[in-house]
Amino acid sequence: MQFWIIQGLNSLSLGGLLFLLSSGFSLIFGLMRLANLTHGAFFMLGTYFAATAMRTYDDLNIWVTALGAGIAVAAVGGLFERLVLTRLKANPLGQVLVTLGMSFIISDACLMFWGGDSIPVPTPPNLQSPTRVFGFVFPTYRLVLVGCAIATATLLYFLIERTRLGAMIRAGVDDRQMARAVGIPVSNLFTLVFCLGAGIAGAGGVLGGPILSAYPGLDADMLPLALIVVILGGIGSLLGAFIGSFIIGIIYTFGTALFPELAYIILFLPMIFVIAFRPQGLFGRVGT
Amino acid sequence: MKWIGAALLAGSLLLPPLFAGDFYINLASQILIAAIFALSLNLLVGFGGMTSLGHASYLGVGAYISALLTSRYGFGHGAAALLSIAGTTAMAAFFGVIALRASGLGFLMITLALSQVLWGLAYRMSNVTNGDNGVAGLTRPAPFGISLDSPISFYWFALIVATFALVMMAIFVSSAFGSSLKGVRDQPRRMAALGFNPWLIRWITFVYAGFWGGVAGLLYVYYHKYIHPTSLSTTSSAEALLGVIAGGSGTLGGPAVGAALVLLLKNYVSAYLERWNMLLGLVFLFIVLVMPTGIVPGVSRLTTRLRGGVR
Repeated sequence: MQFWIIQGLNSLSLGGLLFLLSSGFSLIFGLMRLANLTHGAFFMLGTYFAATAMRTYDDLNIWVTALGAGIAVAAVGGLFERLVLTRLKANPLGQVLVTLGMSFIISDACLMFWGGDSIPVPTPPNLQSPTRVFGFVFPTYRLVLVGCAIATATLLYFLIERTRLGAMIRAGVDDRQMARAVGIPVSNLFTLVFCLGAGIAGAGGVLGGPILSAYPGLDADMLPLALIVVILGGIGSLLGAFIGSFIIGIIYTFGTALFPELAYIILFLPMIFVIAFRPQGLFGRVGT
Repeated sequence: MKWIGAALLAGSLLLPPLFAGDFYINLASQILIAAIFALSLNLLVGFGGMTSLGHASYLGVGAYISALLTSRYGFGHGAAALLSIAGTTAMAAFFGVIALRASGLGFLMITLALSQVLWGLAYRMSNVTNGDNGVAGLTRPAPFGISLDSPISFYWFALIVATFALVMMAIFVSSAFGSSLKGVRDQPRRMAALGFNPWLIRWITFVYAGFWGGVAGLLYVYYHKYIHPTSLSTTSSAEALLGVIAGGSGTLGGPAVGAALVLLLKNYVSAYLERWNMLLGLVFLFIVLVMPTGIVPGVSRLTTRLRGGVR
C-alpha cells in the first residue's frame, strides 16, 4: 500500500515536471508548425543556470532563480528565432535541422563551461522537511512541483483562451494567412511564442533541478520525454500536453520501480498504441 | 565528361591502397562505411521525402546484434551477420509501420523518439549491452578464409560491399519502383488517384533503407571491433543526415561525398580539439542557411554556368 501511494505521488511530481517541459514545445509547435529540437537544451540551460546561481548565492530563492532563468533562456530563444529561424520561413525542414544544430551547440557549450560532472541543485531550505500525506512521509518539494505545473497550466489556459493576445495566437494557429490579412502581426507573435515556450522550458529546468541535478546529457534525456508526451497528447494541444505529461509520469515511475531495465520499453508502448489507433494524439485535432 | 569523372573516381578508390599508409587506408574504409550509411538514409530523405532523425537505430542495432551474438553467445560470423541483418530489417519493418502513420514533422519526431528509446535501452540494459562500457574485444570475420585484420584487406572488403550497395541502390532508385517512389514524394494524392499505394511504397523503401543501414552497422562493428551506445545517439543520426544534406539529397552520389566530408572534418577536428558536437551544430546552421541544396548540386550548377560562359 505504501509503495503504491509513494510511487503514485512520485509519478504526479514527474508528470508536473514533464508538463513544464512539454507545454512550451507544444505551444511552439501549435503556432509555428516547428518541432523545436532545441527544447531539451533550453531546459538544461535552466538547470545549469540554477546550479550556478544557487550555489554561488546561498540564500537565493528558487522562484527568483526560475524567473531569472526563464527570462535569460527566453532571450536566447528570441535571438535564435529572430536571427536564424525567420530566415527559413519557407523551409520547415531546414528549421528543424537548425534547431537540432542549435541543440548540439548549446549542449557542447554547457559541457565546456560546466564540465562533465553532475552538479546538484539544492532544494529550497523551507521545503526540505517532508510532508505527511495519508500518514506517509513525502518530500514537500515534489508536491510543490505538481502545484507549479497546475499553476502554469492555468495561467497558459487564461492567456490563450481569455486574453486578446491569446485570441491572436489562436487565430494564427487556425489560419496564418487570414490572420495576417486582418492585420495580426504573425511574425512578431512567432517570436513572442518562441520566447514564451523557451522561457517555460528554462524555468522548468530550474524547478526540476533539485530532483534531476544538472549533468551533461540531460537535454538528450528530456527531449524524447517531451516528444513522447506531445505525440501521446496531441501535438499543439495544451490539454493534451497536460494529460500526456501525467500519463507518462505514471507509466515511467511505476515502470522504473517495477521493471527497472524495461522502463524505456514500457514508456514506448503507450506511444505505439496511440499512434496506431489515434495518430493525431489523444487531444490533437485532425489535420494538424 | 561523365566517363572521365567515373574513371577519376575509380582511380581514386583503387590506387591509394597501393602507396598510402595505414592511417589513410583506415580513413578510407571508414569513409566507405559512412557512405553506405548515408546512401541508405538518402533513399528515405532524398528519394522518398521522408526525413528520418533515427537512422542510427539500424546502424547501431545491426552492430549490437552481431557484437553480442559473436562475443556472448558463441555464434560464428556468418550466422551472426545473417541474424543481424534479418533482425535489423525486421525492426525496420516494425518501426516503419509506426512511423509511417505520420508524415513530415510527425514522421521525423516519431523516428527520433524511437531511436532515443533504443539509445536509452543500450545504456540502461547493462546486463545485456554492457551499458556505458560498450561491447569490446570483438573480432573481424574471415570470409572464404581471408583474414580482414590488416587495414588493406579490410579496405578491399569494404570497397566491394560499398560498390555492391551503391549498385543495388542505384537499381532501386532508377527502377519503375523508384519512379513511383519519387512520384509519391512529389504528388502523393495524384499517385493514390492513379491506383498506387503510397503507404506501401514508402514502407518498402523504409525497410530497404533499414536493411542497408544494418549492412553499414555490420561493417562498422567489424571495423571498430567495439560498439558503444553513442552509435545509437541522435548525434550519430544527425551526422548521417548532415552528410546527405551537405552532399545533396536526392542525388545518387552526393550523400557519399557529403558523408566523406563530415567524416574527414570529424577526424581532422578531433585530432586538435574536443568540440566536435559544437562544430557539427555550426556546420548544420551553415549548410542549411547558405547551401540548402547541398555541395554537389551547388558545384555542378556552378560548372554548368562556367561552361555556358565559355560558349
